[in-house]
Amino acid sequence: MEAVIEIKDLKKSFGDNAILTGINLTVHKGENVVILGKSGSGKSVTIKCISGLLTQDEGSLKVFGEEVKDMDEEALKTLRCKLGFLFQGAALYDSMTVRENLIFPLKRILKIKDKSVLESHCMEVLESVGLTDSIDKMPADLSGGMCKRMGLARTLVVKPEIILYDEPTTGLDTITSKEISNLILKIQQQYNASSVIITHDIPCAKITADRILIIHEGKFIAEGGFDDLENSADAFIRSFFK
Amino acid sequence: MPKELPYTQTLIYIADQANFLKSFFRNIFKSGFEWEELFHQLYIIGYKSIGITALTGFILGIVLTLQSIPTLKDFGAESYIPSMVSVAIIREIGPVIIALICAGKIASSIGAELGSMNVTEQIAAMEVSGANPIQYLVVTRILACTIMIPLLTIFADAMAILGGYTAAALSNGITMQLYFTKGLTILDFSDLFPAIIKTILFGFSIGFVGCYKGFTTNKGTASVGLAANTAVVTSSIWIIIIDVIVVQVSNSFLYS
Repeated sequence: MEAVIEIKDLKKSFGDNAILTGINLTVHKGENVVILGKSGSGKSVTIKCISGLLTQDEGSLKVFGEEVKDMDEEALKTLRCKLGFLFQGAALYDSMTVRENLIFPLKRILKIKDKSVLESHCMEVLESVGLTDSIDKMPADLSGGMCKRMGLARTLVVKPEIILYDEPTTGLDTITSKEISNLILKIQQQYNASSVIITHDIPCAKITADRILIIHEGKFIAEGGFDDLENSADAFIRSFFK
Repeated sequence: MPKELPYTQTLIYIADQANFLKSFFRNIFKSGFEWEELFHQLYIIGYKSIGITALTGFILGIVLTLQSIPTLKDFGAESYIPSMVSVAIIREIGPVIIALICAGKIASSIGAELGSMNVTEQIAAMEVSGANPIQYLVVTRILACTIMIPLLTIFADAMAILGGYTAAALSNGITMQLYFTKGLTILDFSDLFPAIIKTILFGFSIGFVGCYKGFTTNKGTASVGLAANTAVVTSSIWIIIIDVIVVQVSNSFLYS
C-alpha cells in the first residue's frame, strides 16, 4: 500500500523541554491511525509537524514523498490543498457565518470564485455532516457537537487526501462523541482519505482505528490493533484502555 | 545551559518586533492581497469610530475655547480665539487626543481579537486553510489604521473647530463667517503637513502594536486581556514618542 506519511526519528523540543524524542510512523493511503497518549506526551506536536505548523528539530518527515521542512511557502500551500486539520476546539472563525467559514478555504485553496459553485460545495459538505440548516448561523450559535461537525465540514470542503484530527471528541457527551466517531469512519470510507486521529477517548479509538499507536514521553511505545493493545501483557499499555 | 546575558529578553523582544515589521512589509507586495478584508477593516476601524472621534473633537473645541476666553480677555486678545483654537487643534491637540482615543478603542480591540483567535487556534486554522494570516489579518489591519486614523483626525479637527465656534458664538456672539475666516486663514503648510505625517505614523503604530500584541499571545485566555491592555499602553507611549520626534524634526526643517 502507498505510504502517504513517513516519519523517521522525529525530534522536537521547546527550549529545554524535549517533546518528541524519536518518532517513527508510516501512514498508508486510506488508513485510519489513532495515536493515544497522556497529556503532554507529544501527540498534538506530532500532527502540527505533519501539517507544517511546526518544524522538527531533527529527523525526517515526508508527506506524499516530500520533506515538509524543506518546502517553501508555495510548496506548503500545495501540500495543504491535500491536507485537512480538525482542531481540538474546531477553531471556527467566530466573526464569520458557517457559509463564510466554508467559503474561506474554497476561495484560497481551490481558487473558486463562482458563487453558485461555492454554494454547491458548501451544501454538499454540510449534507455529509448533517448541518444544512445551519448555513447562515454564527459559530457562537452552534452547540459543541455542531461546532465539531462544522469544523469537520470545513476540513472536508477541499476534499483532502489526509485528515489530521486533534482530539475530535474532547468536551462532548458520550452520544455526540459516538456520532462524531462514526462520522470520521464514514468520511474515511466516502473520501478514501487517510487519517491521523489523536484522542484520549477509547470508544472513539475503538470505532475509528485501523491501527493504534501509544505515545509516551515523546516516543511510540506500542503499536497494534485495538484488541491486541487492550489485552497487552504490559500493564502500562493496558492502563490506557481501562 | 549557557548563562543568559543581561538584557537578552529585551533584545529578543526587539528582534521579534523587527521580524514582525519585516513580514508586514514583505506581505504588502505579495500576490493575493486581501482587498475584501481591507475594505471590511476600513469600515470597522473608520466608520465605527466616527461617532466617538466626532464627539471628542467637538467637546475638545468647546473646552479649549471656554478655557481660553478668560485669559485672552485679560489681555484684550479675544479676537485671537479662532486662530488660537484652530492652530492648537490642528497642530497638536487634535492628532494626539484622537490617536490616544483610537489607541484605546482600536489597538485594544485588534489585540483582543487577534489574541483570542490565536489562543483558539483560528490563526493556525487559517494557515492550514491556505490563507496567509499575516496578509489576511495583519497587513489589512495595519493599513486600515494607517489610512483611517488620519481621516478620522481631519474629521475630528473639523468638529473641534465647529465646537470652538459654538462656544465662542454662545459666549461672545461672534459670527460664523468671521470665526471661520479668522480661524482658517491663519493655517498654512507648516501647520498641516507635520500634523498629517504625525497622524499617519500614529495610525501605523496603533495598528502595528495591536496586531503584534494579539499575534504573539500564546498563554491561554488570560493573556488575551493582557494583550489588549498592553496594546493600549504601548501604542499610547509610541504616540507620545512619535509626537516628540515629529515636532522636533518638523521644527528643524520648517522653522530653521
